[in-house]
Amino acid sequence: MDNDQLKDNLIRLVTHLGDNNLILGHRISEWCGHGPVLEQDIALTNIALDLIGQARMYYQYAAELTGGNATEDSIAYLRVEREYSNYLLCERPNGDFGTTIARQFIYDSWHYFFLHALQNSADKQLAAIAEKSIKEVAYHKRYSSEWLIRLGDGTSESHVRVQTSINDLWKYAEEMFEPAAFENIAISNNIYPRPALLKEQIDSFRLEILNSATLTKPEVSYFQTGGKTGIHSEYLGHILSELQYVQRAYPGLEW
Amino acid sequence: MESNYNLETRFQERIDREEKIEARDWMPDKYRKTLIRQISQHAHSEIVGMLPEGNWITRAPTLRRKAALLAKVQDEAGHGLYLYSAAETLGATREQMIEDLHTGKAKYSSIFNYPTLAWADMGAIGWLVDGAAIMNQVMLTRTSYGPYARAMVRICKEESFHQRQGYEILLTLCRGSEAQKAMAQDAVNRFWWPSLMMFGPSDKESTNSAQSMKWKIKRKSNDELRQQFIDATVPQAEILGVTLPDPELKWDEESQHYNFGEIDWDEFWRVVKGHGPCNEDRLKARISAHEKGAWVREAAVAYAAKQKEIADQKAISA
Ligand SMILES: [Fe+2]
Ligand SMILES: [Fe+2]
Repeated sequence: MDNDQLKDNLIRLVTHLGDNNLILGHRISEWCGHGPVLEQDIALTNIALDLIGQARMYYQYAAELTGGNATEDSIAYLRVEREYSNYLLCERPNGDFGTTIARQFIYDSWHYFFLHALQNSADKQLAAIAEKSIKEVAYHKRYSSEWLIRLGDGTSESHVRVQTSINDLWKYAEEMFEPAAFENIAISNNIYPRPALLKEQIDSFRLEILNSATLTKPEVSYFQTGGKTGIHSEYLGHILSELQYVQRAYPGLEW
Repeated sequence: MESNYNLETRFQERIDREEKIEARDWMPDKYRKTLIRQISQHAHSEIVGMLPEGNWITRAPTLRRKAALLAKVQDEAGHGLYLYSAAETLGATREQMIEDLHTGKAKYSSIFNYPTLAWADMGAIGWLVDGAAIMNQVMLTRTSYGPYARAMVRICKEESFHQRQGYEILLTLCRGSEAQKAMAQDAVNRFWWPSLMMFGPSDKESTNSAQSMKWKIKRKSNDELRQQFIDATVPQAEILGVTLPDPELKWDEESQHYNFGEIDWDEFWRVVKGHGPCNEDRLKARISAHEKGAWVREAAVAYAAKQKEIADQKAISA
């Protein structure tokens, strides 16, 4: 593989990491002003802000690698559905607070251990982003775990609700462990951690929290994947039509 | 026992000496009630005020703007929180205050009953609405009730940041394309008059004012604050290059103030009484968030009770 191909590959990888955070951050930001209680409205907004901030670091890096007129915003706003490579999990609708917590828990449990490993990336820039992000993500992981436990072990209503959310979302919980072609290349260059090596740690953490929450780990016969290669759910297009609205209505301006 | 007459006289003397009244101090019932009403309405305004700007979070045009808007709306939630706490020091409960908002017994600022129709509205709201709020809030940093005054000091710092941020949004638009300038002008046209209405009825009509001034809850009248806001804002509009939608707006050498046209008080009262363009939607959104959150709040209480029971049992067997 020549240098240009390696660079293109790195751009895809970095953009993918940005997309995960942008799309999930966007979803969580839909809660702002509508949270179940003021304190949790503020906490969810914090998580959205962290994720959007992290997305910006990845996109700025991708723009720098791309060169020319590329900016964080041209990458975030001016692509079409098939060019976004976020996990399907990130674009799932917020649902009720329990669904948002379940989605967050699945994401954070991967995100934290992933960033932990990414800190050792041979790519110095990615290692630095991971190091900056992990403090925030440690907090996200604690927040979503604590709320999962609180809802799972709260009232019988909250238990049923959040178990249902976990059941519905678990089919999206393993997309991160199936490397796409661009990830395999990065893995062989020591830029990216091998997902199989993270899986054991993540599985046992997930199980530990589910147990504390008195929740059952769902049996899934078929896990959904495809986000990384741009095969999304129908939700993404609607997210993008909101996200991109101003940029598309008034192309090429400063805001 | 000291007579009420003496207590009230001594209370007024403390106010006159510029002493701050604290939560545990004796205070006239009416002072307490006035403050609870005012602080809770102020808190509700922060919370309902999250909705019109929240309407643009998912559509903000750049990542930087998106993050800034999200942080701004989050600040407003924080303001709501400090203010509910300040009202709680007077014996109100957050639950009761929220119920009063939802039943319509408690009001919130009418400005939030106007829709946000374009990105430029985020600029106009920051500049004009936060700007008008600051005039009022700076005065309130010196209000006689200590916890309220201290909450205001914290809030004011963030509000002036919001105002600068809003102004900067408009400045960028006004330096941009024709379409962007038109968008900025349209937003200013729609938000100018409602911003002036934020200061409340004119002094002639304002019923609670005299007593509030005597107790130094307020230190300036509605009309004084409104004038101060206009005087500060007109030069800023000139820098932007937008026209304020009032043909009578003119500098008056003699008074050293801007003269301005008559506010549409029919519109003011119509919106206060619930017939603004968004009153119903705003209240519905708040009630829906609260109702949908009920099971979550119940779960948190139930979980905390279980944890306490476990801890108590451990303590007993230890
Ligand atoms: Fe505020
Ligand atoms: Fe503000």
